[in-house]
Amino acid sequence: MSVPVLDVRGLAHAYPDGHQALFGVDLHVHRGERVALLGPNGAGKTTLVLHLNGILTAGAGSVAVSGLPVVEENLREIRRRVGVVFQDPDDQLFMPTVRQDVAFGPANLGVKGAALERRVTEALDRVGMADFVDRPPHHLSFGQRRRVAVATVLAMEPEILVLDEPSSNLDPASRRELADILRSLDVTLLMVTHDLPYALELCPRSVVLSEGVVVADGATRDVLTDDALMRAHRLELPFGFDPGSVGSLPS
Amino acid sequence: MGASHGHRLHYHGHSPIHRAPAHLKLAGLVVFMLLVVATPREWVWAFAGWFGVLVAVVLVSTVPPTFLAKRMVVEVPFVVFAVLVPFIATGPRVEVLGVGLSEPGLWAAWGLLAKGTIGVLASLTLAATTEPTEILAGLRRLRVPDLIVQIMGFMIRYLDVVTAEFSRMLVGMRSRGADPRSPRHWPTLARALGALFIRSYERGERVHLAMLSRGYDGRMPDLSRSSR
Repeated sequence: MSVPVLDVRGLAHAYPDGHQALFGVDLHVHRGERVALLGPNGAGKTTLVLHLNGILTAGAGSVAVSGLPVVEENLREIRRRVGVVFQDPDDQLFMPTVRQDVAFGPANLGVKGAALERRVTEALDRVGMADFVDRPPHHLSFGQRRRVAVATVLAMEPEILVLDEPSSNLDPASRRELADILRSLDVTLLMVTHDLPYALELCPRSVVLSEGVVVADGATRDVLTDDALMRAHRLELPFGFDPGSVGSLPS
Repeated sequence: MGASHGHRLHYHGHSPIHRAPAHLKLAGLVVFMLLVVATPREWVWAFAGWFGVLVAVVLVSTVPPTFLAKRMVVEVPFVVFAVLVPFIATGPRVEVLGVGLSEPGLWAAWGLLAKGTIGVLASLTLAATTEPTEILAGLRRLRVPDLIVQIMGFMIRYLDVVTAEFSRMLVGMRSRGADPRSPRHWPTLARALGALFIRSYERGERVHLAMLSRGYDGRMPDLSRSSR
């Protein structure tokens, strides 16, 4: 049927020091899907993410975004299509004001003047941060900074949003607010996380990456209730959390 | 615009000095300092004049003199050096309060103190009356190379992040019984500073990745709101 938004085939990668992080990863994500990428520390999740927008180049195999291969000459368009939100918002927000930070991505794509301003306002509106447009990012709370970080990427109108540990360091209220925002976005989502309840809440589908290969790919509830799989790959649910007992999930 | 309750060197106000365009203030500061530095130190009255000009600017700016005075502590190392010079320098000696001091040394100390104090005070006045983002915009308008302005912008942005990181490291040291103030623990402090450097360097790399991910190609894009 349709071309997948994300088409990763046989992706392998070894770092210059010889450490091999990925051993042939296959992953397809279709338009409108919300997928959680799970796996223990050192499984290669971040390495995989850095291949999706061409920061790292494939040692073997290929990555394509909506049919466009991730290669040097396409990087500009690839980075428009794939929006990566990094884990530490202080790494993502590097401009003196929120406005300039959100404008940075689209301005690199050549958007100017009133159109640029519109992009900024819309992106901040979508994460509920429009009132903070003239503030310096370092004066915001951590949860607010994470939301602005999402806006910096939304302003580029990506086809897929890739989030690295979106719930880390958030207090429960900010965590829930971010979930509401992510659910409200009409965008394909790939979410790298250790927060398994968050994956269950937001992502109907989960992919488990372990030691550089995909070891499971299925409905999140099925993955989380597969005890043998979970144990084999150092995935543990928080104490007292039973995915089977969670009723209907918010859609 | 932007009611950023910004920097610790900035004093919020609406005086003519605050409102003056940043590039004029920057150019003014550079010209003023060139004149001060070029003034022979024997022209004592000229320094009184320069100082008078500066005091007038401070008065117009409505920045409280105590605000500036507190921040003048950055000059202390130079003051210490200036005080030492007359004792160390050679040349004809003069008797001051019963102590024989080097005459060229005294002149050197005076020159250093006068020019240093005027320079620090003038820079602080600029910082107190101009938001960091305006200074960057001003530098850009003065055609300072874009890369330099970008680096300064990042410095301003990450100053607080790095200071916060360092104060967390100091808390960590104190919690484990090391007092960063005591000379006995200076080696530990030095290692902590080294670690801070590595951490900041790694953060720099992560920021660069985040910039590349949003299409950065080495040039800061045009972020102005109106299409001119």
